[in-house]
Amino acid sequence: MFPLVPTLSRRRFLLVGGSLAATPLLAAEDATGGDPFGSLQWPGLRREFFGTAPVRFDERVQVKGPGFAVDPMTVPITVSADGLADVEQILVIVDRNPIRKVLEFEPLAGAKASVSFRFKLEQASPVRAAARTKDGVWHVGGTLVDSSGGGCTVPGATRADGSWSRTLGQVSGRVFDALEVPAGARVRVRVMHPMDTGLAPGIPAFYLKRLTLADAGGTELLRLATYEPISENPVFSFDFVRKPAGPLLVSGSDNNGNKVEGRL
Amino acid sequence: MRRLAAALLGLWIGAAQAGPDAVTLDYRLAARALADGVYVVEGANADFSRANGCNIINTGFLVGSEGVLVVNTGPSRLYGEQLRALIGRTTPKPVKAVLHLNLHPDYFLGNQAFADVPRYATAATLEGMRAEATAYEDNLYRMCGDWMKGTTALLPDRVLPPGATVELAGRRLALRELKGHTASDLVLSDEASGAVFAGGLVFADRVPTTPHARVDDWLTSLDAMAGLSVRTLVPSHGPVARGRAGIDQTRRYLRWLDGSLAQGAQRGLEVTELLAQPVPPEFRGWAAFDTEYVRNVLHLYPGHEARSLQPR
Repeated sequence: MFPLVPTLSRRRFLLVGGSLAATPLLAAEDATGGDPFGSLQWPGLRREFFGTAPVRFDERVQVKGPGFAVDPMTVPITVSADGLADVEQILVIVDRNPIRKVLEFEPLAGAKASVSFRFKLEQASPVRAAARTKDGVWHVGGTLVDSSGGGCTVPGATRADGSWSRTLGQVSGRVFDALEVPAGARVRVRVMHPMDTGLAPGIPAFYLKRLTLADAGGTELLRLATYEPISENPVFSFDFVRKPAGPLLVSGSDNNGNKVEGRL
Repeated sequence: MRRLAAALLGLWIGAAQAGPDAVTLDYRLAARALADGVYVVEGANADFSRANGCNIINTGFLVGSEGVLVVNTGPSRLYGEQLRALIGRTTPKPVKAVLHLNLHPDYFLGNQAFADVPRYATAATLEGMRAEATAYEDNLYRMCGDWMKGTTALLPDRVLPPGATVELAGRRLALRELKGHTASDLVLSDEASGAVFAGGLVFADRVPTTPHARVDDWLTSLDAMAGLSVRTLVPSHGPVARGRAGIDQTRRYLRWLDGSLAQGAQRGLEVTELLAQPVPPEFRGWAAFDTEYVRNVLHLYPGHEARSLQPR
């Protein structure tokens, strides 16, 4: 019991104090590097994904998901860093997944710093979003998701029944205007793709890599880089300050060079 | 005051003693007579957990002139063995047959204790059990650990012709094959007693489970049950009761859920936002709400969502 108290208070201090770099001595004593989730993976993740860039845990980066993964193939997550100004990129990583990077999101013209998606979770893990602001600082938030396991290493439903090849690359979606969502507008896009991780026996990695959204004038509204853990037939939601001028153009490609194109 | 406290303590101890014993892996099953020769063995009205040994189902048995018909065999080999022992303590008659009302794990994972008797299910249920059995074993071992020791799926070995009045173990039974909770939901009515084993179509005071659900079919099936004469209703999960209140509860919930999901999809809500929407107090108070409602949404929302994203 005795060591628990100082550990807790140190973590709280780090959360309030923000910068890890400012407290190297205390962080060094804590094998999790001051991680609010107490994950021993955190120091390694931090090195791998952020290098020497400044990193702080920040409650303005909100990650919402279910407490447990009812279906580890489809864990719904909403990331919102709307409380931060000048977010240039959002990176989503999962500590205990065999493939830890889930997506990178760049909000451009009129797009808010928020994105929703579903992903495959291999075992219980923190799910983290890191938002990089203009000043180069990574602001990290997260949530803990429990899981029965096996999300990344079993084939998806359309892979198992072979139906993926009939729908590959099909795009559907809709713009929901201010009447339907709380404020501004929301674009929801679904792209049919098996999103094979390469970790299910005998099935090579086959996944959507890139997706962009442009308005009627050709202005890019957002860029998304997607990785193996994104769920089969992914659905994404993006929020906008105001309704973008349609028709919107969705374009992208997968790791085999197949093109994705659709109009909303 | 002290007397009241003592009385409450007594109740509490009594309740604790009646619950499953995780040390001896004793489910402490008890048979409650609903009518002459009709028994229910009630599980906890909760979600699967180590504390309840994954025993959340109401199984039952009917004693006829020729022997005993067992309705569902519970979640594990141990449960099956203890159920068979309980039947042996209740009646001297031999077990003649087992009947499975749908494909879910706690309807048949106790089958190893009934390897020597014919085990009946509909063709669709048998098919589904065959496809899902390995995943069920894995999942229940993960959730309930030691309680599952030695459990492997033993499938039914007889296909039941649907829609028939049959005589099993010397009791006349009306069997109706409906659907919606799963692809094949059997409802068993015992002619002599008016007891109805409603299978997975009815949940009483508990949020329904939906991994294989089609809500439109389910509602149609509940309507079809309106013509059923019900004296005592045995839902698979939740308390046994007189009359058809459980049918109405399940219908109310499914209608609300379906409407809420359809509306959410039309408004462009994400799953995470949908889960944060208010839920009527009646449903919030039901057993397993916290976990099962989340599952309901994750199972059923993608269908509504796909429709909402198609070009209009």
